Amino acid sequence: MTGPSVAAKRRRSWNWVGLLPFFVFASAFLLGPAAILLYRSFVGPDSELTLANYQGLVDDQVVESYWLSVRISLMTAVIGGIFGFLLAWAVIYGGLPRVFRSLLTTFSGVASNFAGVPLAAAFIFTLGRIGIVTALFNFVGFDLYDNDFTLYNFWGLSVVYMFFQFPLMVLTITPALEGLKKEWKEASENLGASGWQYWRHVGLPVLMPSILGTIILLFGNAFGAHATAYALTGGNLRLATILIGSQISGDVLNNPGLGYAVAMGMVAIMAFSIIVYTVLQRRSEKWLA
Amino acid sequence: MSAISATAVAEAPPTPEPAIRAGSGSKVLAWMVVFGGLIYFFTPLVATGQRSFFAIRDTFGFEAYRRILTDPTFIDTFTLSVVNAVLTIVLSLIVIVPTAYWVALKMPRLRSVIEFITLLPFVIPAVVLVFGLLRMYGPPPLSLLNSSTSTRVILICAYAALSFPYMYRAVDNGLRAINIRTLTEAAQSLGATWPTIIWRVIFPNLKVALLSGALLTFAIVIGELTIALYLGQHTFGPYMADLVRNKVSEPAALTVLSFAFTWIAMGIISYLTRRQPSSKKRGKR
Repeated sequence: MTGPSVAAKRRRSWNWVGLLPFFVFASAFLLGPAAILLYRSFVGPDSELTLANYQGLVDDQVVESYWLSVRISLMTAVIGGIFGFLLAWAVIYGGLPRVFRSLLTTFSGVASNFAGVPLAAAFIFTLGRIGIVTALFNFVGFDLYDNDFTLYNFWGLSVVYMFFQFPLMVLTITPALEGLKKEWKEASENLGASGWQYWRHVGLPVLMPSILGTIILLFGNAFGAHATAYALTGGNLRLATILIGSQISGDVLNNPGLGYAVAMGMVAIMAFSIIVYTVLQRRSEKWLA
Repeated sequence: MSAISATAVAEAPPTPEPAIRAGSGSKVLAWMVVFGGLIYFFTPLVATGQRSFFAIRDTFGFEAYRRILTDPTFIDTFTLSVVNAVLTIVLSLIVIVPTAYWVALKMPRLRSVIEFITLLPFVIPAVVLVFGLLRMYGPPPLSLLNSSTSTRVILICAYAALSFPYMYRAVDNGLRAINIRTLTEAAQSLGATWPTIIWRVIFPNLKVALLSGALLTFAIVIGELTIALYLGQHTFGPYMADLVRNKVSEPAALTVLSFAFTWIAMGIISYLTRRQPSSKKRGKR
């Protein structure tokens, strides 16, 4: 072998070694745990390979919890997405004082990270049985809790989840909104379009992949949330994440294998939402980059 | 809080004229949307603040804060979580900075692979991750979850993995802003070894990026509930969850504190990010 090729080879192997710590770490604490659940989800009670665990996903308890998670995620993603978009639009193009723009950005950073126990607590003090808004409604003679409202069901949790859904929409959609080109607006004005016509035929169609993509991202964001719901309901509201939590602490499904399949189903849905988001984001970059 | 928002306003960069002028109809809609948003966001905060200041019926005071801050369990769990957060940040930096640097310098083709892996925490929810960790490290041959020290190590490693999306992004953005090739060659021609280059050249040039990554990681780790709960660690998150179930004014005080804390962290991040153009110039010089 000649000198240079040996040197080249040695350099290549060196480069690879530089990434080894990262791959080892990621395997030990991200890929490994996921792979073990994946493997176990295909193993039956007698250590045989099987698809029975996935067939078991039609179990009532499982379907119910997935369905509740899907409904809450869809609801908060769509409403949160629309309102977040309107908020971002309002501070960028709504003719409001400039102050609102930087305030909204910083505040969205705060609110999108304000999930978990403190968020649950804040809403208990607002709309819980002892909450201030509940008390205000009582004061004007309307008992929320006598009228089928509770913070601890589908509607209540949806209201709470909105608190981190809007801000994430604001943060993700702002760059896309800012990417709309002045020329498009001018061109449509020259052709006699009204403001509404501009948004209807130019602005919104260009932004649509971004908007849809971000709504799907919000869906995943709510779907994977566990801490807020756990702190709020102590595990009584059966979301898919809460079901997995109960499965961890005490095999509530009476079937360990099914638990792994439930966890994998969750990963599949999250992966799907991230992939769709990425694809749509790429598409929108064509126009807005 | 108002002081911080005031500085945020003062620091606002001159934004370009809005490309699209608003008609009066849309101005009304814009005000309505912002007003609705303000009501929705601030009502829970006001309600929580009110609870926290009236621990004793009809008497304004800081009793709830006094009770919380002198509760030994609070001090223990909070200290534990702060130490965990600091260790997580250190660990995450040690793994991510050399990796991002090495990829950018030597193996740019692998950039998307690395980025994909760092984004995995968005695909694997915390509750699934802890499920996997329990099955991987719990049973023999590893049996690492029997002692509280090794469990804590695993908790911190899991947190570091959770911080990857934020940390890698921050570091990668920072690296793009400086000319690492020139810096590396300059350091090499002066005889620096790889550890010296990373520690004395790359780290100092990434200060701002690293600080925002670190603050975000801190904000996430400090109150994290799910992983700590199922690994049976008595950190701040599970403590807060217990408190919410059993007390009234104390969790309100804690919520106010943690909101103020998140606000300060985000304020610092946005302040640093706005100042970044000047640090970019310094890096290039």
